[in-house]
Amino acid sequence: MNKRRVWEAIRPYVMIGPAMIGIGLFVIYPLIYLIYLSFYKYNLLNKSMSKFIGLDNYVQIFSRGDFYKSLSNTVIYTGGVVILTMALSLLIAIWLSKRTRINAIVQAGIFTPHIISIVSVSLIWLWIMEPNLGFLNYILKTLHLPTSQWLQSSKTALLSIIIVSVWQGIGYYSLILVAALQGVSPTIYEAAALDNASKFKVFRKITLPLISPQMFFILVIMTIGSFKVFDTVRIMTGGGPNNATNTLVYYIYTFRTTNIGFAAATGVVLMFIIGILTIIYFRLMAKKVHYQ
Amino acid sequence: MKKLKAKNMWLTLDTILKIAILLAFIFPFLWMISTSLQTLKETMNFPPTIIPEIPQWINFVDAMTSGPFLTYAKNSFIITFSIIIIQLLVMIPAAYAFAKYEFAGKNILFGLVLIAFMIPGQITFIPIYLMMADWGMIQTLLPQILPFMANAFGIFLLRQYFMQIPEEIIEAARLDNANEFKIMWKIMVPMSKPALATIGLFSFVSHWNDYFWPLVMTDSNEVRPLTLGISMLRETEGISNWHIIMAGNVVLVVPILIVYLFCSKQIVKAFVYSGIK
Repeated sequence: MNKRRVWEAIRPYVMIGPAMIGIGLFVIYPLIYLIYLSFYKYNLLNKSMSKFIGLDNYVQIFSRGDFYKSLSNTVIYTGGVVILTMALSLLIAIWLSKRTRINAIVQAGIFTPHIISIVSVSLIWLWIMEPNLGFLNYILKTLHLPTSQWLQSSKTALLSIIIVSVWQGIGYYSLILVAALQGVSPTIYEAAALDNASKFKVFRKITLPLISPQMFFILVIMTIGSFKVFDTVRIMTGGGPNNATNTLVYYIYTFRTTNIGFAAATGVVLMFIIGILTIIYFRLMAKKVHYQ
Repeated sequence: MKKLKAKNMWLTLDTILKIAILLAFIFPFLWMISTSLQTLKETMNFPPTIIPEIPQWINFVDAMTSGPFLTYAKNSFIITFSIIIIQLLVMIPAAYAFAKYEFAGKNILFGLVLIAFMIPGQITFIPIYLMMADWGMIQTLLPQILPFMANAFGIFLLRQYFMQIPEEIIEAARLDNANEFKIMWKIMVPMSKPALATIGLFSFVSHWNDYFWPLVMTDSNEVRPLTLGISMLRETEGISNWHIIMAGNVVLVVPILIVYLFCSKQIVKAFVYSGIK
């Protein structure tokens, strides 16, 4: 009997054990290790040669022009992706929210890029945006519009990457919004129709507040997700030309073997930025968002 | 009559615009397939070749023989399926305990699960790489599998699901002398099949497609997955051999596209409900 009670007391811990080991070993411990590394000049070949240098890595980060360049690139990228994706997804979602056959087909189609590896998406767009032979410039030429160097000019490279990310994300976010729009009870609209409210007013006063939780959710996950951008940069431009597309994670990546302590400190900075963003969002927006 | 005509015109315009949007999202993939079947000369044409004169199936052979693609594919399969199986085995008991038992420290431990859910690999990859190197695992597939053993969001989602299963069902089973293990596998798991399928499908797509993690965790062909192999085609084939690069790309995309064609509804649901990327 006693044995059984002991077992019952430890049973929950045994059941969550493997999960907690995984989280401890691959999330919590690495976080502490990352902060520890950020105070060191780490020697990859000979660990005993590693030197504690206090805050030197952080001082270095904030005095380097290329850090600010990658930070501003990341901010521009995030702003561009979030604004464009939100606006276009909302537009498409409203347009496709009726349950018809063609809408279902278009929804499934625009979602496709989202399940394809970023490797394929990047390679395809690299080819489509090729300045001399690519399909995009061909279309522009046929329409007698000015062509572009796309990824190969430092003026347009970041914008080109933003376009690809928006293209890949729209399908997913508009589906979330379609689900939200379809969840709004039709009786509310009927009541508004009885009051002769204009379409725009109905949208602003009824639809928008009712789907604001989903809009908020999208805003948060898209901002945090965009701050981690790496794959498209690495495959499409390698951070170039002339650092025009160097983003924070790519910046950390380039220092991962040559200067581990510095890369770790940049990782800590990134973690703080993401943390602060999340807190600001929840503080500012939670009040305005209309939870049902 | 006039009104009807105008209405029809709007409907047609609406349909045309919708098809145009659809094309904007589908065309790049058709363009990839077309390029993968062209000759080098055809890829150099301007205006571009839309339909290749004679489909060059040899491009696929060239792409696949330019590197150890059998090894890459094998690695992708092993990595993806190991992750899914380990995640399910770890997640189910954890979610059951968090949903149905009371124990000291439960809230703190669940808080750790939520933290794990919010910390991305882009922040922890350096320390994890160093740990894996210390453990002598870099030349194996383990650095691509082990860090994903606990799927924090999966635990969270499944716990919500388990909590909805009425206590009476569990009590009835206990009265019938079913042990907890049996309750978990014979009652909880079958009743949460939709949640488990969602988590599994999401896990499959994201790990099959992953690029960042294998890139930072591998330094030899023996342990690279398909995504890395295909992205390396540009280096091995030279940047102008677009027909070969696109052929490799087709090999990576088509399996997922076929899966999507057959279960697009479930995949979309999986992403919309669990998809926090």
